[in-house]
Amino acid sequence: MSDFEYAPAPESKAIANIKKDYGLYINGKFVASHNKKRFETINPANEEVLAKISLADEVDIDKAVKAARSAYVKVWSKLSGKERAKYLFRIARLLQERSREFAVVETLDNGKPIRETRDIDIPLSAAHFFYHAGWADKLEFAGFGEKPKAHGVVAQIIPWNFPLLMLAWKIAPALATGNTVVLKPAETTPLTALLFAEVCQQADLPPGVVNIITGDGSTGAALVKHPDIDKVAFTGSTEVGKLIARSLAVSNTPVTLELGGKGANIVFEDAPIDQAVEGIINGIFFNQGHVCCAGSRLLLQENIHDEFLNKLQKRMSKIRLGDPLDKNTDIGAINSAAQLAKIHELSSSGQAEGADIWSAPCQIPNKGFWFAPTIFKGVTQAHRIAREEIFGPVLSVLTFRTPQEAIEKANNTPFGLSAGIWTDKGSRILWAGNHLKAGVIWANTFNKFDPASPFGGYKESGWGREGGRHGLGAYLKGAK
Amino acid sequence: MSLDIKKTYKLFIAGAFPRSESGRSYEIRDKKGNFIANPAQASRKDLRDAVLAARNAHSSWSSATAYNRGQILYRIAEIMEGRSEQFVAEIMAMESVSSKQAQVQVRQAIDTWVWYAGWSDKISTIAGSTNPVAGSFFNFTVAEPLGVVGIVAEEKSSLLGVVLGLAPVLAAGNCAVLLASQRRPLSAITLAECLATSDVPAGVVNILTGLSDELTPHLASHMEIDGLDLSGVDSKSAAALRISSVDNLKRVHSFSAEKSPERILSFMEYKTLWHPIGV
Repeated sequence: MSDFEYAPAPESKAIANIKKDYGLYINGKFVASHNKKRFETINPANEEVLAKISLADEVDIDKAVKAARSAYVKVWSKLSGKERAKYLFRIARLLQERSREFAVVETLDNGKPIRETRDIDIPLSAAHFFYHAGWADKLEFAGFGEKPKAHGVVAQIIPWNFPLLMLAWKIAPALATGNTVVLKPAETTPLTALLFAEVCQQADLPPGVVNIITGDGSTGAALVKHPDIDKVAFTGSTEVGKLIARSLAVSNTPVTLELGGKGANIVFEDAPIDQAVEGIINGIFFNQGHVCCAGSRLLLQENIHDEFLNKLQKRMSKIRLGDPLDKNTDIGAINSAAQLAKIHELSSSGQAEGADIWSAPCQIPNKGFWFAPTIFKGVTQAHRIAREEIFGPVLSVLTFRTPQEAIEKANNTPFGLSAGIWTDKGSRILWAGNHLKAGVIWANTFNKFDPASPFGGYKESGWGREGGRHGLGAYLKGAK
Repeated sequence: MSLDIKKTYKLFIAGAFPRSESGRSYEIRDKKGNFIANPAQASRKDLRDAVLAARNAHSSWSSATAYNRGQILYRIAEIMEGRSEQFVAEIMAMESVSSKQAQVQVRQAIDTWVWYAGWSDKISTIAGSTNPVAGSFFNFTVAEPLGVVGIVAEEKSSLLGVVLGLAPVLAAGNCAVLLASQRRPLSAITLAECLATSDVPAGVVNILTGLSDELTPHLASHMEIDGLDLSGVDSKSAAALRISSVDNLKRVHSFSAEKSPERILSFMEYKTLWHPIGV
């Protein structure tokens, strides 16, 4: 019997009311950038231009920081937590109301499947605002002292892999704790942040409380160096995170960093195999593998290696790569040409260093940036593909014999963001959970996120946590 | 008449009291210029040995029960109590303070151990949580020890500074490499002698004496050190140390001379674990 074919089921683009060009969002208004420089944001699935975006320079940044400072001093710091909460609740509701539109725009700008933006990115973003709204008037009960104080003006820089969600992770706790914000979205995915600026207008958020400045790496570098910034929060690569940390070491400005990872997903011999296969797939192919906490190293107990890989490859062959707007699509486009080149480079190094490559057979569209789901077998710990973050749909498979060896290999990395454990034995989950050096551990599941659950890394995966009670500490003075 | 038997002040590494491998020592004198002692002048190699010892001790110390760690910290206070007179005499010589003032400091130092001893099995309760996620999962967060912490102790009150640095780091389940004050190192070494007889496993605490400018840069750049307490470093030097500590993203903190649970949590990491709920 042959498989039924999927009929195309594309989500309509009509709801995405993308403007031809966008200004910077400063002090409650969209304004042209000082030097009038602009850049294009494209749809990575077909390389069509979506909009022209303003490139902010030092002058614009200074304007945005001044707006944020003035809003902090005159309005936001004087508002009670109860009233701040109401603004955040409003924002959460507006995001829910406009969720379809946000999902489509996110998919167009980022390349990720509509199934993910619709079911994960956008609802979770709204949930983050709803969750943190409730904290705004309860901070004295959060365990950071009787009168916890905001920093003031916070600079936030976010990546392109979860554009709106990362914005929510940053802005929601910052506003709830009483800070004002200057946020810079990623160069390749500015659209939902600019749409969010409209939401701030609709919510009647006082001007200057949230400022969105678009641009490239130079914009971000200039933002964190602005002398009137009280706190910096960054999500992105470990390399850039370290540059930021060094540049702020002299002023000793508080910094939180959410950086790279090389998560180990450990499958023990007694694991429920079919369930584990699904978990491994989700762990590495969710969001095209553009996930800092991706389970990019599969550690298989040696005696189940062959059986497991058979099932994994069979399952990978069913992954649907293609039009991100199609509701049946599992894997969308790689976010940019630069990222695709990086994935190709690391993938080539895997072959050059002697690992066996296998890619799922799938039709690659003619236009846009694509990479088929890929695994490398026979990977050793010395291989670059076992050590460096690929940030793409590429899984490195290693083996182990004893639980101790699994832990040693899993921890043998400068990163420490995530890890996965697959076993039916409860005591083994707790034992492995205890010994893994990672900030987030998923046992018999993977890539789950929630505003109530702290997220962040050990070692070179970053400083601080986002989400939950613990995440509030990042935005309160002197909190540990 | 009989002569005093004077003490040789040596390093404390991996539970032993070696001289510096470099063979160096330096002289310390009191305010009036009288000779006090020739403590060891530790080298970069000594520092590396100390870090290695701390790393090796970490696995068993961090997995010891919190109750057990609490008892060991309390035991340090017991042993210090018996040595009070020696601590008082050394503080008087180094800090030119009255015996009354020195006694107060020793009292505070001992009480600090007792206070942190009680924290070891409570900090996780205060700092951890179960998190009500929107799904069928059990989700909890625990505070775990960071690993190896480098401490530059505050030297104004030289014994108290050392204890304020060490006690929270140990209560958290971390191992320590402590750099004693260059001018006032004696209390740290005498404390090491207490630690050696207090059931603190070898390597959990390592204490170096020597030149601050020579040793602190290596402490900041060492890739096997996970956290830094720079309370004893002036703000200008601290900036340079913070820059090199970024190489492995050390958790770097400075504290005021007070005890607090935040000092424990500064050198702990939050770990969150998810598991599905189902039948």
